[in-house]
Amino acid sequence: MTQQQIQAIFDGTVITIEITAVSVVLGFILAMFVALGRLSKNRIIRGISWFYIWFFRGTPLLLQLFMVFYAVPIIYLDYTGQTLNMDPMVTSYITYTLNTTAYMAEIIRAAIESIPEGQMEAAKALGMTYGQAMRRIIIPQTYRRLVAPIGNELIILLKDTSLVSSIALSDLLRTTRTLANSSGSWLYYVYAAAIYLFMTTLLQLGTDQLEKRLGVYERR
Amino acid sequence: MNEDKLKEVQNGLEDSEKSMVRVEELRKQFGNLEVLKGIDLDVKKGEVVCIIGPSGSGKSTLLRCLNRLERLTSGKIYVENELTEDRVNGRTVSKIDSDKISRLNLDIGMVFQNFNLFPHLTVLENVMIAPQIVKKINKDDAYNTAIQVLERVGLADKKDEYPIRLSGGQQQRVAIARAIAMDPKIMLFDEPTSALDPELVGEVLETMKELAETGMTMIVVTHEIGFAREVADRVIFMDEGVICEEGGPQEVILNPKKERTQAFLNKIL
Repeated sequence: MTQQQIQAIFDGTVITIEITAVSVVLGFILAMFVALGRLSKNRIIRGISWFYIWFFRGTPLLLQLFMVFYAVPIIYLDYTGQTLNMDPMVTSYITYTLNTTAYMAEIIRAAIESIPEGQMEAAKALGMTYGQAMRRIIIPQTYRRLVAPIGNELIILLKDTSLVSSIALSDLLRTTRTLANSSGSWLYYVYAAAIYLFMTTLLQLGTDQLEKRLGVYERR
Repeated sequence: MNEDKLKEVQNGLEDSEKSMVRVEELRKQFGNLEVLKGIDLDVKKGEVVCIIGPSGSGKSTLLRCLNRLERLTSGKIYVENELTEDRVNGRTVSKIDSDKISRLNLDIGMVFQNFNLFPHLTVLENVMIAPQIVKKINKDDAYNTAIQVLERVGLADKKDEYPIRLSGGQQQRVAIARAIAMDPKIMLFDEPTSALDPELVGEVLETMKELAETGMTMIVVTHEIGFAREVADRVIFMDEGVICEEGGPQEVILNPKKERTQAFLNKIL
C-alpha cells in the first residue's frame, strides 16, 4: 500500500469515528429527555415522545439520511426561496443523533422502569421532589443496567455509519471500496473488516469493564 | 415546687395533649374497591399506636395516605393541627398552600417493609443524602448527624458498606437511621419486620423500642403482637377497611371485646 492509500483509509476511519462519537454523546443526552417524556404524567409530552420514537425507529436510516440531505434543502427552497446546501458531515451528525436517540430513549425508559417502585417512594417519604429523586436516586441506579444495551447500540451505530457513503462521504467503507475497485485487490475489504473489528473489540472490552466498575455496589 | 418547674410540667401536660396526626372520615378507593371505609384517628404527641389486623384490612394504605404516597378519596388529614388534605370523591376541596404541605410532610418519617435503602449509596450516604438535598444542610453537619443517628442504631462501624453487604436487620436499622436523620416528629412503620428472618426481628424491634422511649410519636403497622403489647400506648385492630376495636394493649390484646378481634388474635397467637 502506498502512503496515500494508508492516509485515505485513516481519514475514512476518522470520519466513521467522528460520526459515531458525536451522535452517541448527543443522542444519549437527548434520549434521557425523550425517555423522561415517555414517563411523563403530561399526556401531550408523552405523546410527542411516543411519536418521535415511533417515527425514527419505524423508518429506514437511509431514508432519514436522504430526507435530511435532499428533502430538507428542497423544503427550505420552497418556503424561503433560498438555496441551502447540506454539508454531508453535518447531515450525518444530525441524522445519526436523531436516529440513535429513539433507540436509546427506549433503552433508558426500560431501565428506569426496572428500578423498584419502593425507591421512588422512599425518596418521596424523605421529602425529595420527583426531579431530585430521579437525578439522585433512580437514574444513577440505571447506569450499570444501561451499559450493555447502550454498548450494543453503539456497536450497531458504528457499523451503520457505513451508510453515509450514499451521501458522498468518504468514510472507511467507501474509501475501501474505491481502493478495491481501482486496484482490483480484494485485500482492502479484509483491511476494512479488521479495522471495524478492532474498533468494536475496543468498545466491547470497554463496556465490559465499565459494567463491572458501575456494579460495584451490587456485589456482596 | 417553683414556678418555672410548674410551667414546665404544665407545658409537658399540654404537649402530651397535642394532636400530631388527625384523620377524619378517611376513605380510599382503588377503582371500585373501597379499601378504607371511613377512618377516624387522632394520634397525640409521644404516643405509640400499633395497628394490627389481617392482610388486606387497609392498614398499610392508611399509613401511605398519611404521608401522601397514596392520595385519599375523601376525608381530612391534619398534621400538627394543620389541615394537609381535604378531599371529597377524589377531588381536593380546600386549596392548601403546597409549601406548607411539603413542610409538614417533612415532619413525617417512614420505614418500609422492604427497607428501600438506596443500593447505589453507602450506609453513610443513605443517611446523609436527604438532609443535604432536601433540607440543604451542609456536608459537615449532615455527616455529624448521620454518625450520631447511626450510633443510635448501633451501625456507625458499617458506615462505608453498601446496603447489600448488610443483613436484613441491619438494613432496616439503617432505614430507621435514615428516617430519623431528617428529624421527624412522627414516624410511620409499615410492617418493619415482616421481611426479616425470625432471628433478625429482635434487633429491629429493640431499635424501635428505644426510639419510642425517646418520646417519638409512632404509628406502627405490625404483626408483632408481643411488641404491641409491650410498647404501644394504644392498639388498633383494623378489619375490612374500618377500625374494629381500639384501646390500651391490655384491653385489645388480652381482653378483646369484638368477635373478629378474638378470631384474629387466636389465629396468630
